[in-house]
Amino acid sequence: MSKTNANTRRTFLRNISLASGGLMLGFKWNSAHAEMPAIFNAADPVIAPSFNSYLTIATDGTVNIFSPNPELGQNIMTSFAQIVAEELDADWTKVRVTQAPLDTKAFDRQLTGGSGAIPHSWMRLRKAGASARWLLLHAAAQQWGVAPEECTADNGFIIHKPSNKKLGYGELATAASTIEMPKEVPLKDRKDFKLIGKPIRNIKNKDIITGKPIYGLDFYREGMVIAMVQRPPAFGTKIKSINDAAVKASPGILDVVKFQENVAIVGKTTWEIMKAKKLLEVEYEKAGNIESTADHDALFTSMLDGEKVTVQRKDGDVETAFKNAAKIIKSEYQSPFLPHSPLEPMNFFAHVHADGVELVGPTQTPQAARQAVAKLLNIPQEKITVDITRLGGGFGRRLKFDYVVEAAELSSIIKKPVKVIWSREDDMMGGSYRPAVRYRFEAALDASGNMIGYKLRGAGINAGNSTRHDNFPSGALNNLLIESVDHQSPITTGAWRAPTTNFLAFAEQTFLDEVAEAAGKDAVQFRLELLEKARKAPVGKISYDIERFDNVIRTVAEKSGWGKKKGVSQGFSVYFSHASYVGQVCDMVVKDGKPNIQKIYAVSDCGQVINSSGALQQVKGAIVDGYGHAMFGKLSFVDGKPEQNNFNNYRLIRMKEIPEIDASFVDNGKDPTGLGEPALPPTGGAVANAIYKATGKRLKKQPFIEEPLFADA
Amino acid sequence: MPQYNITINGKSRQVDVAEDTPLLWVLRDHLQMCGTKFGCGIGQCGACTVHLNGSAVRSCSTPIASVKGRAVTTIEGLSEKGDHPLQVAWDEVDVPQCGYCQAGQIMTAAAFLKRTPKPTQEQVENAMNANICRCGAYHRIREAVLEASKNMKP
Repeated sequence: MSKTNANTRRTFLRNISLASGGLMLGFKWNSAHAEMPAIFNAADPVIAPSFNSYLTIATDGTVNIFSPNPELGQNIMTSFAQIVAEELDADWTKVRVTQAPLDTKAFDRQLTGGSGAIPHSWMRLRKAGASARWLLLHAAAQQWGVAPEECTADNGFIIHKPSNKKLGYGELATAASTIEMPKEVPLKDRKDFKLIGKPIRNIKNKDIITGKPIYGLDFYREGMVIAMVQRPPAFGTKIKSINDAAVKASPGILDVVKFQENVAIVGKTTWEIMKAKKLLEVEYEKAGNIESTADHDALFTSMLDGEKVTVQRKDGDVETAFKNAAKIIKSEYQSPFLPHSPLEPMNFFAHVHADGVELVGPTQTPQAARQAVAKLLNIPQEKITVDITRLGGGFGRRLKFDYVVEAAELSSIIKKPVKVIWSREDDMMGGSYRPAVRYRFEAALDASGNMIGYKLRGAGINAGNSTRHDNFPSGALNNLLIESVDHQSPITTGAWRAPTTNFLAFAEQTFLDEVAEAAGKDAVQFRLELLEKARKAPVGKISYDIERFDNVIRTVAEKSGWGKKKGVSQGFSVYFSHASYVGQVCDMVVKDGKPNIQKIYAVSDCGQVINSSGALQQVKGAIVDGYGHAMFGKLSFVDGKPEQNNFNNYRLIRMKEIPEIDASFVDNGKDPTGLGEPALPPTGGAVANAIYKATGKRLKKQPFIEEPLFADA
Repeated sequence: MPQYNITINGKSRQVDVAEDTPLLWVLRDHLQMCGTKFGCGIGQCGACTVHLNGSAVRSCSTPIASVKGRAVTTIEGLSEKGDHPLQVAWDEVDVPQCGYCQAGQIMTAAAFLKRTPKPTQEQVENAMNANICRCGAYHRIREAVLEASKNMKP
């Protein structure tokens, strides 16, 4: 079990210091531009608030990089290390990565979400690696009395070819720390990359496959107690009365505590608490709207028909365009709520003590969690430490910090270190879902099949603006109107991997297919024509790069043999997706009267790929995720209570259901964008469009499995 | 509370727990062996998979009383140095994303390969269908099991 000490900035620096000397570079994570790093005294680093990330080279040659971003499977620890090691020309077998604790002065983007870590860090990490390499090379040249230009770096060594001299980074590290840092260092040309773009295995594989206690749920502290919490089972209710006599009389139970609308059962072991929790009797009463999925279905209609909408974007004159239309296509698409279902249930350790608060656990957003705890307990943020464990999945769920605050509040009440554990049922019923939405699209075509008007109205439940109004096809249409309307509900929602676009892309890409068909055009050609319009006569703000968009469309069409295959029905989808571009084609056949998915082709443009193994994992995983949830995912409500509560009645995709995936990347050398989300949004549309081609049935509601098409004969 | 003597990874361990305590929580809470994961608690996800006398079972649904006399193997004891052919294949194929389900996946696969040393892809899919990977790393899980099967000692 892991035992972590309170990790203040001072102890963090002590922990990374190198007793026997070596080289330590500090660099600025939170500067506007990637600045040059500075040399620290490796044996006794002093606190320097503006420098906040560290690269160390020990005298044995070990390179350590401190990764600030929470790791949840996006493989950020490996990618960060690869970028530094590339510019450093390090021996990859000697590179280590350590998860840094929360330090808001240190890291300005210490958050996992929005596929943003790599774009933010790219230049900073390169400069850090290149600077260390420069110092090592100059230290060697000085020692040998030769010109630095005659020296080269390779795989952890500085080499002087003319004299056949060679020194390891460990041998040079201490001397390198005495060299003056230059104002700028050259960065490598991408043709010389040896690590970036290569398939480097996950740096934490060994810990994972041997069962090391690296996740939040594995954290243990001497003297801590365990707690599970009964939360209101239905949204819109509050506690009326509690009978906890039987719970208190149960073996191993230390306390039953009511706070907010929660009843915490505190005990010694998880199983004793789970058993006792079944004996807890709580009566609930109405505290707000009690809503059911059936109500929402009716509500969506009235929201979409009503006029209480917010205009998100308006170009030209849609009224006139629709009046003049030769043909109008109108279609609606609806998605259910979805739980995130990371496999590690929510949990957090909290210890509120006389000197402050210690928090340890899996979070995508340590900074916001600490702010919330500080506010609730009225304790200054400086007195609150957050250690981040590895996350057993996130998918957006751990961007919310309700479970962190809850643990802290409970610890402050019981005055003990406590680890709060959620069961799967707690997680699935506990709120923070992908919002349910319904979209209404309308397109106006002229007599020659040109789209002269486009309308989108999005209605959501706690969805905010459920549109992405500046994304494609905005910019390609003279007359366009995008509006949203939102309903405030007690059913709590939150960011779910690829927020909004995880369903919007499906709806939009399916609708564009409908319009293309009505216009008598090929799906690919239709999209290319829209882009051509945006290129020649752009209208308003355009958030996407037309050439990169155009290129993924053509590339995936070519790779998939679009329009050339016999006996296979193909569906197309493309999306400018969280700063990257992803085009997908789905191959479908009909087998035993049912659609049978054969393959998904995916071409992604995320600029420079950092780790080709990790990148493939992200794309394939995102497609499996997008397909699985489009196919099976549904959380429904009756009287405010979720009807699904565990994996026996909430279906997640399994191995036998996955499609084959042919994933590739555009190699254009542009600065990298993220990959945690981008490949997910286009998948549902590619699949639904292929199903339409194969069966003539247009799927407009998720999950697909509920369509009569999939009903067992 | 009753006392149980159980053999875990070849070592004899003693615990005082209620007879209905699932093996999962004996491992995690009482023996501080956290390699075996809690995912759903109802035997649906497979994250808690361990071996009882070489067969894969769901430790979340296996009361300690039923373990009596049978040898328990967990991920920590699958191999001495983390070099079981499946663990080697898992690293080589670079399977893990978040990694939380992987101990359970490996334990399911290990028991399966013991019974079926040279499986077809379809047999692998049938066997591994019991385990959920929320990150969707299924392609590589399948590949790693097939890869490991080439290196299993008969």
